Amino acid sequence: MRKELINQCAVRFPALSRNESLSRSAAASFALQCDPTVEEIAAIKTAVSEAVTNAIVHGYRDCEGMVEMTMKLYGDNTLYIQIKDKGRGIPNVKEAMQPAFTTAPADEERSGLGFTVMESFMDKVRVRSTEGRGTCVTLEKRLRKKGDDD
Amino acid sequence: MLKIYNDGRRITAALSGDIDHHTAREFRAALDEVIARSRPELLILDLGEVGFMDSSGIGLILGRLRAVREVGGEILVKNAQNEIAEVIRLSGLSMLLVEPKQTAKN
Repeated sequence: MRKELINQCAVRFPALSRNESLSRSAAASFALQCDPTVEEIAAIKTAVSEAVTNAIVHGYRDCEGMVEMTMKLYGDNTLYIQIKDKGRGIPNVKEAMQPAFTTAPADEERSGLGFTVMESFMDKVRVRSTEGRGTCVTLEKRLRKKGDDD
Repeated sequence: MLKIYNDGRRITAALSGDIDHHTAREFRAALDEVIARSRPELLILDLGEVGFMDSSGIGLILGRLRAVREVGGEILVKNAQNEIAEVIRLSGLSMLLVEPKQTAKN
């Protein structure tokens, strides 16, 4: 059965670190229509921040570009947030998703835990990437509806 | 953004605001200055007024942990909100967390 699309929203912004807070506020605002818990909002903000930071720090490491975030809400209260860049891409996604893996220089103090955090806070994380073309991360989380079992 | 409470070589740094990749640089510079000046034996990072922290905060804490250990000190993290404490646990740094006092037995 196809899920009913209830609402959607897209935000596009340049890959500047100042937009990390903007992106997570936008995601939190979109999620508010599902009447989320404080924990759900914090989880969404954290995962979005990780994905957007990756686009800025890695995708557009040597160039400028735009990050596009698309948010969709379906009838079963599942939220999909897609974060897309047209940056340099990830040569080996499996390796990049390993905890503590990072290609950033040590002086930038990147922990390499971005994907670990995304996976911990969301139900599903999907990554599609093509070298030289960009990366698309899809975060999925079903929010609790009032009346759901614990 | 950062308040320092100094009790000899025990320093409490009360951070406030969001800790992300954008803001980590400023926190890093401010904390490194404190570490260089005071050479703390204990640096307590009070995150009570931090509303958000992603894994950029882990890089920040790890870097400062190295700097403090170089001068013979240690770091503790207190008052971290639930999700922030969770990020810290995921990073394997849970030994730095000062857990709130337990009221129930477990």
